[in-house]
Amino acid sequence: MSKIKKAIDDTFRSITLPFLAFFLAILSGGLLIAFSDPEIYKLWRSPLEFLGTGFTSAGQAYLALIQGSIFDVNLTSKNFLLGFYPLSETFVVAAPLILTGLSVTLAFRAGLFNIGAQGQFIFGAIGASYVGFHFILPPVIHAVAAILGAMLCAGLWGGLVGFLKARTGAHEVIVTIMLNYISVYFLLWLLSTQTFLRKGRQDPIAPPVNENAQLPKLFGMDYRINLGIFVALGVAYLIHILLLRTTWGFQFRAVGANTLAAKTAGMSVPFVLTSVMVISGALAGLGGAVQVLGSEYALTAGVAGSFGFDAITVALLGRAKPLGTVLAALLFGALRAGGLTMQANTTTPIDIVLVIQALVVLFIAAPAVVRAIFRLKNVKSGTDMAAKGWNG
Amino acid sequence: MSVELRGITKSFGDLVANDGIDLRVETGEIHAILGENGAGKSTLMNILYGLLSPDSGQILVDEQPVTISEPSDALAAGIGMVHQHFMLIPVFTVAENIVLGHEKVKGLGVLELDQARAEITRISQDFNFDVDPDAIVETLPVGIQQRVEVIRALIYNAKVLILDEPTAVLTPQETDELLQVMKNLKKRGTSIIFITHKLREVQAAADRITIIRRGKVVGTALPSATQEELAAQMVGRPVDLTLTKKPAVIGSNVLSISNLRVIDNTGRELLHSVSLDVRAGEIVAVAGVQGNGQSELARAILNLEEHVSGKILIDGKNIVGETVRNSLHSGIAFIPESREIDGLISSFSLAENLILDTYNLPPNASRLLMSPDKISKEATKRIAEFDIRSQGASELVSSLSGGNKQKVVLARELSRPVKVVVASQPTRGLDVGSIEFVHEKIVQERDAGRAVLLFSTELDEVFALADRIAVMYRGTIIDIVPASISRSDLGLLMAGIKPKVNS
Repeated sequence: MSKIKKAIDDTFRSITLPFLAFFLAILSGGLLIAFSDPEIYKLWRSPLEFLGTGFTSAGQAYLALIQGSIFDVNLTSKNFLLGFYPLSETFVVAAPLILTGLSVTLAFRAGLFNIGAQGQFIFGAIGASYVGFHFILPPVIHAVAAILGAMLCAGLWGGLVGFLKARTGAHEVIVTIMLNYISVYFLLWLLSTQTFLRKGRQDPIAPPVNENAQLPKLFGMDYRINLGIFVALGVAYLIHILLLRTTWGFQFRAVGANTLAAKTAGMSVPFVLTSVMVISGALAGLGGAVQVLGSEYALTAGVAGSFGFDAITVALLGRAKPLGTVLAALLFGALRAGGLTMQANTTTPIDIVLVIQALVVLFIAAPAVVRAIFRLKNVKSGTDMAAKGWNG
Repeated sequence: MSVELRGITKSFGDLVANDGIDLRVETGEIHAILGENGAGKSTLMNILYGLLSPDSGQILVDEQPVTISEPSDALAAGIGMVHQHFMLIPVFTVAENIVLGHEKVKGLGVLELDQARAEITRISQDFNFDVDPDAIVETLPVGIQQRVEVIRALIYNAKVLILDEPTAVLTPQETDELLQVMKNLKKRGTSIIFITHKLREVQAAADRITIIRRGKVVGTALPSATQEELAAQMVGRPVDLTLTKKPAVIGSNVLSISNLRVIDNTGRELLHSVSLDVRAGEIVAVAGVQGNGQSELARAILNLEEHVSGKILIDGKNIVGETVRNSLHSGIAFIPESREIDGLISSFSLAENLILDTYNLPPNASRLLMSPDKISKEATKRIAEFDIRSQGASELVSSLSGGNKQKVVLARELSRPVKVVVASQPTRGLDVGSIEFVHEKIVQERDAGRAVLLFSTELDEVFALADRIAVMYRGTIIDIVPASISRSDLGLLMAGIKPKVNS
């Protein structure tokens, strides 16, 4: 009995902070939305109207956010199920984000701060795209080949970071940041070469991937949702197993928690650093593959968006746990998908979503603020992750 | 000058570090405060020196209440402190260190040091200290550095001197000299508060002893009390200080080190031509002042050092250049120097810590998959066998006490099939009860026919356990002597001086 109670207590304590941080971020976001409406400044003489208008504009914006990410009544006129179109969009955005988030999460558990998910995502996208358009293979096999190609490219790219750290002690944060730049410009250069230039086009876009390599859509052509989300969820489960149930995961966690003790116990730190970064890179690359093969169908200069950078936030919010990362990625997917609708339907720009994301991180990284506001004790802090990265 | 503490209480969260402590130190008295690690001695002294503020209680100097909220208040009231870890800037000279925080300048901002030099020389001569005011601190031996701290306190007119575990870093000879200095200071009317957990020193120097246990004063004693009496008060139960040990049954050479040389990345020599044999069924203790190569030797045996030449034979097989894992599995149990830093992973559970070096072997894992049920069953067995006080196998190691943490390390290392036990400072920072336990386990290992190599800077421990003693000095073993050597001869060896006659 007490064990179960303790487990529930623990869970409750570890989700309290992210939840409250998110709540505070939404609250402050609401204030920003209210004050970003120029109309409100004309009403400052009458406090009631002032407040009313503020509430209305924040409320409308958040309503649009929900309409854009979960359910929209306006879409149900033809077919009730179509009302869930926004939710399917959330999953489309969330799938690559889950994978890049897992990439950061896994590396973090081994004590590495992988800022390079963006670059690894790009390499994955390149690999998936090349295998996708260059070869002609039967269905299923082609998709699998493209995914493997993506994971290979990105795994090597990520493994390079681990190798450099293991051999020379180069700090992974510096190395990954620099490799991100190289990835972006490598992609731009690649898209200007004959191989990657789509026939008849001058702008940086690669040929479309072969239909056999595309990830199958789940609910027909009306929805963009595809197999990618299940790939992401499956991989999240695998990473969970890897970390908690395998000897590899045990080594990863041991090196991450105390490198010296791990070394003294006979574990090979260079092996761990390199293999973790290979897997971590492959995960981010898989994200790139899901994006290219599942929703974009072609490699473009902006293919990576900010998936690799949001991944850091997602892993942080998810407390470097696979399940947490999935939930955080779904939340961010919802914010991203809903933000577009919000921008279209109200005067609130999508940038407010970025501000909310930033505030979430801020509140998690400064748990003292959250504790002070809610007068909490005994809440697991998240700073261990936010602060540890540099020293690791 | 007399100092009195009345009803000092200080808590950190739920932990009451000092609980209504009353203490009176008379003028010209050496007053020892005896207590185990974590008993609250340092907290009390930090309160007296103004580094911590008490939750309640009063400090009186010469019967007058004073408020001490920071060290400068303490200094103004005539209270000085020599910390366990010296508060000196290594690259500054003695004089510069002494004026630090009270610098006077001549014109154009040039530092005025002549007065300080003169004072240092005067005090140095008064007490026969032999300290050169212009020496760079880092070039001085530890014992002299400590004197610099004492001089600093005296220059600022300290009438009450707090010495926090002053002998922890000293050789036996330096310790004797320090005790003499304390007596000289006492003659001139300086009161000394002497914090320690070493019974022998208390008996040698103190006029009165206050014993603290779990934040409370549990009694006072005179130095005429026996060690057993003092220890019993300190621990709260009778303690047997003499370890009963059967005569060693010596077998063949198991660990054989010859011409071992270790250099660091910059090419500096850490160990040179170390040769040592340890036979089955004996304990060889490596004695020496901290920092003379003991850590490097222990690490080298496990191949944790990178640039090693020479030979380390385990049962005749050379393991130099092997991986750490292979070295461990060639039959070495390794109890590292500091359990928190390289012995345990504090954010891991007890069960996980128990398999740190066997996690990939059956029954803990089959191929890639770990077997949590078997791991926790094994852990439960070990917890009972080694009497690890905990809430169970899934409890995090970080919440265990120091003694129980060390038991986890022992349980892990001694449950593997091993031939050699390498133990580095296995009782450092432990309470008396845990020390007894660790010692018994080590003797058990010896009696079971394993070769035990024990690294210890505590002479009591060396004499209690060793069958032979190897003395390390400046990166090499300068002599190997029988355990019957006298304390003073061993002390000389530790200082690098070979006595003329070797028994």
